[in-house]
Amino acid sequence: MSSSVHGNRQLVTRLVIMATCMFGFGFLLVPIYDVMCEITGLGGRTSETVAVIPAGVQVDTGRTVTVEFVAIVNEQAPWEFHPAVTSMEIHPGQLYDTTFHARNLADRELVGQAVPSVAPGAAARHFQKTECFCFTAQKFHAREGRDMGLQFMVDPELPEYVDRITLSYTFFVQKQAAGQAAVVASTI
Amino acid sequence: MTTITQGHDAAHDHAHDSHGPARGLSRWLFTTNHKDIGTLYLLFALVMLFVGGGMALVVRAELFQPGLQFVNPEFFNQMTTMHALIMVFGMIMPAFVGFANWMIPMMIGAPDMALPRLNNWSFWILPFAGTILLSTLFMDGGGPAAGWTLYPPLVLQSGNSLAFAIFAVHLLGMSSILGAINVIVTIMNMRAPGMTLLKMPMFVWTWLITAYLLLLVMPVLAGAVTMLLTDRFFGTSFFQAAGGGDPVLFQHIFWFFGHPEVYIIILPSFGIISQIIPAFSRKPLFGYSSMVYATAGIAFLSCIVWAHHMFTVGMPLAGQMFFMMSTMLIAIPTAVKIFNWTATMWRGSLTFETPMLFAIAFLFLFSIGGFSGVMMAMAPLDFQYHDTYFIVAHFHYVLVPGALFAAIGGAYFWLPKWTGHMYDETLGKIHFWLSAVGVNLTFFPQHFLGLAGMPRRIPDYATQFADWNAVSSIGAFLFGFSQLMFVYVVVKCIRGGKQATAQVWDNPEGLEWTVPSPAPYHTFDQPPPIK
Repeated sequence: MSSSVHGNRQLVTRLVIMATCMFGFGFLLVPIYDVMCEITGLGGRTSETVAVIPAGVQVDTGRTVTVEFVAIVNEQAPWEFHPAVTSMEIHPGQLYDTTFHARNLADRELVGQAVPSVAPGAAARHFQKTECFCFTAQKFHAREGRDMGLQFMVDPELPEYVDRITLSYTFFVQKQAAGQAAVVASTI
Repeated sequence: MTTITQGHDAAHDHAHDSHGPARGLSRWLFTTNHKDIGTLYLLFALVMLFVGGGMALVVRAELFQPGLQFVNPEFFNQMTTMHALIMVFGMIMPAFVGFANWMIPMMIGAPDMALPRLNNWSFWILPFAGTILLSTLFMDGGGPAAGWTLYPPLVLQSGNSLAFAIFAVHLLGMSSILGAINVIVTIMNMRAPGMTLLKMPMFVWTWLITAYLLLLVMPVLAGAVTMLLTDRFFGTSFFQAAGGGDPVLFQHIFWFFGHPEVYIIILPSFGIISQIIPAFSRKPLFGYSSMVYATAGIAFLSCIVWAHHMFTVGMPLAGQMFFMMSTMLIAIPTAVKIFNWTATMWRGSLTFETPMLFAIAFLFLFSIGGFSGVMMAMAPLDFQYHDTYFIVAHFHYVLVPGALFAAIGGAYFWLPKWTGHMYDETLGKIHFWLSAVGVNLTFFPQHFLGLAGMPRRIPDYATQFADWNAVSSIGAFLFGFSQLMFVYVVVKCIRGGKQATAQVWDNPEGLEWTVPSPAPYHTFDQPPPIK
């Protein structure tokens, strides 16, 4: 009988370790998901850092792609936020500039953070931003409004079937805690 | 400890009655007996069936007509969410753990579960978890109302009572994990000599695989809801886009748990059906080893198909193809099972006692749920079905006439063994027919509603959906109230009735039929000989 108790203990230990590992695995899915999104553009996630355009990219003038801009304000945040133009006809491989306009409607200083998303997901990693107001938090004085720049290029490797790309920005009010979390998330 | 004592006392334990249960409430509070704990689990599940069922009837009453009649939309959402949480975590899972407790030791010739005190614990966590979950309904901000999937960002806008709901999910998960550990250790270490793995009854096999699935995915759910908790209350941004998180991540983590979870619910049902059908066909189960492999195959596939719940969220074409194909693959081992059950009945000497009626209804109606599942597995078609009543019809077909019918059938099947009395066959049959008619009346029209475009989780709807909703509500009330009959039959059976023989049925297979009815408080103190 005591040998069976010993056997039980060993098996229980193994099973408890298994359950504990799976608990950890749940959290491990967070960085795994981030990496998957970076690689595949899953969820329309674009790079959060300045893109380096390799030298000698050919402009593909034979191909025209429509890029649409969408600006969203979430959770009744006190912003006015819209793109200067709602869509552009572009050639892959060429750099383009555009602006988004934001205005702080509150009577106090606010820090905003724009979070980008690209649809379709397959286009996300081909959408290169060399300059973007989404790279940093944007500080606005009370009632201040200004244009914020975006410089981008769609690389010529964009899959054949994509003829329309939508770039959407959601403009959040950055809270203290959220700001720290953003830093943590971007360093993962 | 108990096992050791029993081992030492085996000599004078032959007179089984010398060692009966304690008296009064303490018998139930401190019991380490697998039969007592099994009974507690089953009774808890029965109570929760009516709690969750009552919530479903609130939903169906509101949906009887278009417009808002009885409840406000906020409370309606709490009802749909709580109905699902209670039924999944509070009713169907505890019911099957109850069956496992009662039957597994008796089926493998063991004197008790391997970890009896842990067993007591895993049950007694449940009433507290259930109370915490239900108490959120009376708190500021109400119960969780974002659907049982608890998707952010909506769920993160819940009131502070969300913390209680999450804590309750933690406790329910912990109870399942402890139960699963106990089942695995019992099956692995406590089988009577000669009971090899491939001689175990199918119910034991399905539970072994279920227990491993539980260990694999319940901790992941615990992690997911913990992240919700910290996002909501401690300023992290796992799922908040503002802080660099992604709400879609939650859907991946949740369904990594959620899809195996549906097989956690259905595999023990398969086990029960695999016990009932051979008994009333008077033939051994057809294709036993293929049943074992099919069960293992289903369990494996269930872990790699989760994103078929998320086709409309957006994913690369390759992802859609993978999840579509792997999901449709599940139809193959499931069909192996369905055909094996049918082949078991082929040229058998069939009789149609209540458990068999429920088992046959399971075969038909679970298959209907399976077919609509294959429809939804197709990514292009899923865009039409997603979040409509079609999906509601689908998963209720696999869960109600699927899992619940298997549980009720199993209860009728083993009631005489548990109580020592035959249940009232006539009343049992009436209960079956009322349930069968009620369940189809409730859920079949929901296929039509879904295909016509009625979204799920809404308290009001366009008037063209009125007729089938009325039919569905009538069916729901018929089904709900006919379950009171089940309670009556069970109570009547406990209090008395025709004395059941040890075999109960006509020469069924299995060790549980070799012990007297009612099963003595302690069985198999000496391991039985296995042929």
